[in-house]
Order: sequence, then C-alpha cells, then structure tokens
Amino acid sequence: MRKCSLDTINAIFEAIAKTAKLYIPADDKDGSAVYKQWEEGVLWSNALNTVRSPKDFFFPQMETLMEFKTEGKNIEVIDTRSETEDFVIFGVRACDVKSFEVLDRVFLTEPVDSYYAARREKGVIVSTACAKPAETCFCKTFGISPEEPAGDISTWKTENEIFFKANTPKGEALLEKIAGLTEECDETAVDSQKEKIAKVMDKLPLKDLTTDGFGGGKTDEFFNHPAWDELSGSCLGCGTCTFVCPTCQCYDIKDFNTGNGVIRFRCWDSCMYSEFTKMAHGNNRLTQKERFRQRFMHKLVYYPENNEGLFSCVGCGRCLSKCPISMNIVKVMKKIGGKMSE
Amino acid sequence: MQTITKQQLLDKADSLLANGTVTAVLGWSKGEFGYDVTPKMFTTKEDLEQNFVWNDFCGVNFSKYLVSKTDRFEGKILVFLKPCDTYSFNQLLTEHRFDREKVYAVGIPCEGMVDVSKLKAATGDGISEIKEDGDNLLVTTIYEDEPATVPCRDVLLERCINCKSKKHVAYDELLGDEGEIIDSARFDEVAQIEAMTPDERFAFWQNELSRCIRCNACRDACPACTCEKCVFDNPNSGVENKAPANSFEEKMFHIIRAYHVAGRCTDCGECSRVCPQNIPLHLLNRKFIKDINEFYGEYQAGAEVGSRAPLVDYTTDDLEPGEVFDRRDMDA
Amino acid sequence: MQVNEHKPLIVAFCCNWCSYAGADLAGNNRLNYPADVKIIRVPCSCRVNPMFILRAFQRGADGVIICGCHPGDCHYTSGNYYTRRRMAALFSMLDFLGIEKERTRVEWVSAAEGAKFAATMNDFVEQVTALGENKRLEDLRCKR
Repeated sequence: MRKCSLDTINAIFEAIAKTAKLYIPADDKDGSAVYKQWEEGVLWSNALNTVRSPKDFFFPQMETLMEFKTEGKNIEVIDTRSETEDFVIFGVRACDVKSFEVLDRVFLTEPVDSYYAARREKGVIVSTACAKPAETCFCKTFGISPEEPAGDISTWKTENEIFFKANTPKGEALLEKIAGLTEECDETAVDSQKEKIAKVMDKLPLKDLTTDGFGGGKTDEFFNHPAWDELSGSCLGCGTCTFVCPTCQCYDIKDFNTGNGVIRFRCWDSCMYSEFTKMAHGNNRLTQKERFRQRFMHKLVYYPENNEGLFSCVGCGRCLSKCPISMNIVKVMKKIGGKMSE
Repeated sequence: MQTITKQQLLDKADSLLANGTVTAVLGWSKGEFGYDVTPKMFTTKEDLEQNFVWNDFCGVNFSKYLVSKTDRFEGKILVFLKPCDTYSFNQLLTEHRFDREKVYAVGIPCEGMVDVSKLKAATGDGISEIKEDGDNLLVTTIYEDEPATVPCRDVLLERCINCKSKKHVAYDELLGDEGEIIDSARFDEVAQIEAMTPDERFAFWQNELSRCIRCNACRDACPACTCEKCVFDNPNSGVENKAPANSFEEKMFHIIRAYHVAGRCTDCGECSRVCPQNIPLHLLNRKFIKDINEFYGEYQAGAEVGSRAPLVDYTTDDLEPGEVFDRRDMDA
Repeated sequence: MQVNEHKPLIVAFCCNWCSYAGADLAGNNRLNYPADVKIIRVPCSCRVNPMFILRAFQRGADGVIICGCHPGDCHYTSGNYYTRRRMAALFSMLDFLGIEKERTRVEWVSAAEGAKFAATMNDFVEQVTALGENKRLEDLRCKR
C-alpha cells in the first residue's frame, strides 16, 4: 500500500496523464459530475458519482463500426478502427467497477466483441472507496463492498490523504509510474476508513433491500405478476434509466447514408423504446407494460439465469435520482417480491 | 409549503369515489425518500390512504397522462391540476387529444414545487426524511444529527420561480382560492441570450446541447408532444436516430422538437424538469413564445380551448422573415 | 484572385407556380446566376418543412433560400402566408442558437420576375460566399 497527500493529487494526475489519457470525475453543471479528460485545471469532483456511467469508455453511446463506399459496380468496405490508446479512468466507484464485470460477460464471451475488447485491454481502472454514499445507493444489495472497491488499483480518500493499492499487474505497473510521488505505508488508516464506511452503510435507507426471491428460473413466478400494470402505468417510455445505467448494454446497429457512402454504426438502444428490437414482422413488445417488464426481468431474472446468478444491477442509484417520474428498480423489487429482511 | 392539505385532497377523492362520480383518481404516490413521488391511478380508498401524497415534490404535470389513461377507459377519472397543468389540459382539449367527458378536473392551488437537485445541492446526499415546516423544509440526512432547514423559495424549480399563472384556466371544481395571472420575468433569460453575440450564443448552446444523451425524456414528458409516432422514432422518416451522433443531430432534434410545439407549448416547464442533464430546454420554447408574442401579438397557448395557434394562422400584413432581424437591430 | 476560394452550395426551394417559372424565365432570357444554386421544386413554398432546411444544411448546403409567390398571389390562396410565419420563427430560432442569419432567406419571386430571380440568387450567393463554409450546422459525416 502506498499513500500521498491530497495536496499533491494534481501532481499524480499530471504524472499519469504523461503516460496515458486520464479521465477523472470533474464538476459539471448544478453540482453534478462528468468524466473529463484531465488537463491542467481540471479538478477531481467531490460529487459522489457521475450522471453518466463510465461504461461509456468501453461501450460508447455511438461508434462507427465500418464504412462502405461504392464506385461503379465495386463496393469497398473500410475498417474505420484506429489503434486504441492507453487510458486510465480514475475515481470509479465500487458499483461501477462491478458493472464492468456485467458488461464483460456480454461482450467478452464468444463471439467476442473486438471493439469492446480492445478498449477493455487498454483501459486501467482506478477505483475509489465511497466515504459518503447517497440515500439512493444500494450496492450492498448486490454484494458489492463500497469500502473495498475492485479495479486495477483501489484508492481510499481520507481527510487529507489518499491511499493506493494495486490489485492487478496493470495496476502495479501504473503505481510504479507514480512511485516517486507516493510513499509506502501500512493499512491502519485505510482500515479505520473502511470501518467508517461500513458504519455509514448501515444507516442507508435501502440497506435492508435484498435480492432474495429473484434470480434465474423465476420467469414463471414473476412474468404474469399482477403488479406490472400498476408499476408500469405511469412510465413515460423515455430512455433515461437505460442511458444512465452502468449495466444496460443493448444496442442497435444502423446504416447512415452520408450522400457519398454509408456509415455503419452502433448506438445504445433502450428496451423502453417502442421500436426496440423491431423486426420485419413488427414488434415483439407492443405495450409499455411489456417493455417495462422486460427491463426489470432482464436485470433480476434473465441475466442471472444466464450468468451464474450474477444480477445485472449494481445498485448505483442513478435511475432512482434521474427517472422523471421516480419509478425504479427498488420500487419494482419491493412490489413484486424482493423482501425487506427484518 | 402548499396552502392546501393532503387531507383536503384525500377527502375530495374519497367522496367522489364513494358517490360514483369517478372510478379512478390520478394522483401522486409516495416513494422511498420523501421526494420521489410517482404518478399513479388509485381506485380504492385504502390505496389512497396508504399511498397518496401531496407535498412540495408533486411537480409532474398530469395533463398528458389523460391521453393514455382515458383511452378505452370506462368511467371518469379524477385528476388534480395545478394552475400550470390546466393550460396543458386546455391545449390538449384544443387538439382533441382526450375526451373531456371522461375527466373530472379538480383545480388545486400551488405554491411552487421543489427542484430535488437544488435541494440536494443545499443539504448534500443522504436524505432520509423531509418534513414541512411553514415555508421551510426540514431535511434529515444520515450524516447530520440535526435536520437542515431549507427555505422552499431557495430550491424551487425554475418554472416555479418564474411562475406565469396561479389562475386555473380549466376545472370542474376548484379547491382553495383562485389565484392571479402573474407578470413574471420568464423571458429575461431569453433576452439575455439574445443580447449575446452570435459566437457567444453558439458557444452557449453547443455547451448545453452537447450534454444531451438523447433519452427523449423531454419529449416523452411534454404535454404538447402527443404524436402517435414521433418522426424521430420512425425508421421510415429518414431522420430516426437513437443517439446524438454529433453536434448536428443534437441541434436538429432540439430545434425540430421545439419548433413542433411552437405556438402550442404552454411553457409548463416539464422538459427542463425531467432532463437528466439539466439542459435548460425551456429556453428554446420560451424563445418561440417570446417571438410569437412580439411578431403576432400576445398569445398564451392553453389559455382557452379552441384558440388558433399562431403558426397555423396568418394575417395579410405579417412581418417578413428578413424583417425579424431588422427589427431587432433597430431595438439594439 | 484566390484559387481555392470556397464555392458555396446553395439550395433553393422554389414554388412550382411562380419562382420555378421565374427561374425558367431567367434561363430563357440568358440571365446569369451561379451554378452553385441547386433548385428543388416544391408545390408551394409552405411545403417546406423546417426539417428540409436543416437536412439541406446537414447534407452540405452552405445557404438555403425559399422562393414563393408574392403574398396574396399564392396558387393555393394562403400557402405563402403560412410560409412567412413559419420561416420568421425558424430563422429567429436559428439565430438564437448562434447560426449565421445570412445563410437563410425567403424571397417572393413571381413567374414574370426572371430578372429578380437571377439578381436574388446572385446576391444570396455573394452573401453566403462571404460567410464561407457552413460550420455551425454541419454534419462531418456528410463532408466529401
């Protein structure tokens, strides 16, 4: 374990930025945060988390897959990929680190998504323990420890110091590069910080929410649950929840006619949209209730069924604070079966 | 702090349900943290008593819900309408979007609704309880032993700070006292942007619109956006797009959306309230309203049922598109 | 003379009943106007949806002009009155977003005004040329 004073954090950022592109959560409008590329003057935000999740770094909202150009009877297919550069994402919360595992299981199983894999390989994740979780946080529900965030390097921030621990060879290599700015230390301060965080976690309003009752094999139990009507009754059908979600991974592949060629791109899609997975025969989910149910069944039943019980929600709370009508996975879980343990 | 109490609304709902005037009540149901209320159709007295809420967080405009809720619905729906909601209500009636006979509208006074992100900026994260105390909110967080006192007026939604009317323009029944139309300062910010140089304006909007994540929340919450199929959702329209591919498409979406509701937008402010990225979308709508007022005379969409929107109307001596700028340059 | 001077691309939406015929007349009278003006014939100037204008900019136009019958002379009685209001609102909005107001214009040109058509186009092309390339409403994907 290594540490340094928080006063020198910008020197650390500068050192990292010399070797790779560095992204840190910086202040955005109205107290929210956004990942910005570090440069002189960009400061680490005190906000708990960013509005947009860091999944953008590996699975951007929109990316060009290839281009086509036609000349006479010939069609040329152009691979538009450029070499992915090394990059570091700093200050990722424990929930978001877990979300990468959820995405990995989708994109890195056969057939491997080479676009995602390339970025995953080049990216180094530096996580940060949460000292002040929000009321909307419920990562514990999914077995995530905010006091012990995973990632290539874990960090803990105290009043005036920051502690680093490398978890992977990638992380060790990065720590090596900033060794001159940090000093070796023991784990006492971090241990007391962990204790402090654990105490705060016990005060959170959603601390008793459990996934008991959910998981693979529960399709029949929940699919025709009478509560879906009421739960989805006021859903507007917008894509806010899916677009701020760190684990939503559905996308659409479309062609754009530029007038002098065709660009094939993929972009995030939302199961809340009426034209989601629309096919030649029409649409397989005609009502908002069906679309709404799909989203939550996928997170709580279908995904765990295919992934050894891993839920595709990490309890980051983004949808809780951003849904225009405040309908969210917590309300769904409480209503249809997730028991509150006594 | 609202002047009308939750109990008054509950009593009204109970009695109308009991005497059979209505079969359902469109109201707000309570959430987990005191501020996260969700619209809900209540059909029983028990459900109302357990879950109905009325507080400073009931910002949702119910008017648009009437389009889907009254569709193939047997019986009448009781809907509670704040003054600003009644304008949307009238506008939807003007456009024949729902059956007036299926709705029993109860007008309720509103003292302004709270912006949760402003509240959180004032108190910090970790809100566990919110209590009302006169004109203040007492906010308990898990980090402080003592609740923080936050004056409601400091954390109001933008649309409530610049409230245009406390008068209800439609209702079957009114609870509480009728208010007045307010001479608000809602166009001030538009005027400030107009006063910038084109470069500054461009930079301002580039910065704001580049944050758009194209979640469509503004459109889906908008009571004027009730097309059966939006052009941006229609794969055959040629402009369907699910992602803000670049700065052009961000602008295209927001210009066309604002344009399509121009003259029909009542300035209810839902677009800005729901935007997860806090983009001041209401400024685009207000620009159109301000222009329409200046070019074609004062017009408030939804003030009465059946009025003709200015962009589907004309006079033979309207100003020329080119004169728009001559006029402005003369003012400057 | 500059060799690499930017040649603007102008899209002109012309009403079938007047301006399009006006363009014809300009041609018959051998009046010159730049070949950079691409005419799109529409049944009435009020057929022009604001989306058409944005799409023209997206696909590489540097200026868009709409030509219709003089107010009062619309083949459909009132179409151009609507055009007048719509475009006033739209142009004002584009200006509000910081997009150069000189890139858009509405002009009333009758079938008899071949000379006015040519003069209008010459003037508009000159105006747009002075502004240079359309950067603020461009879609990089569509650049050649």
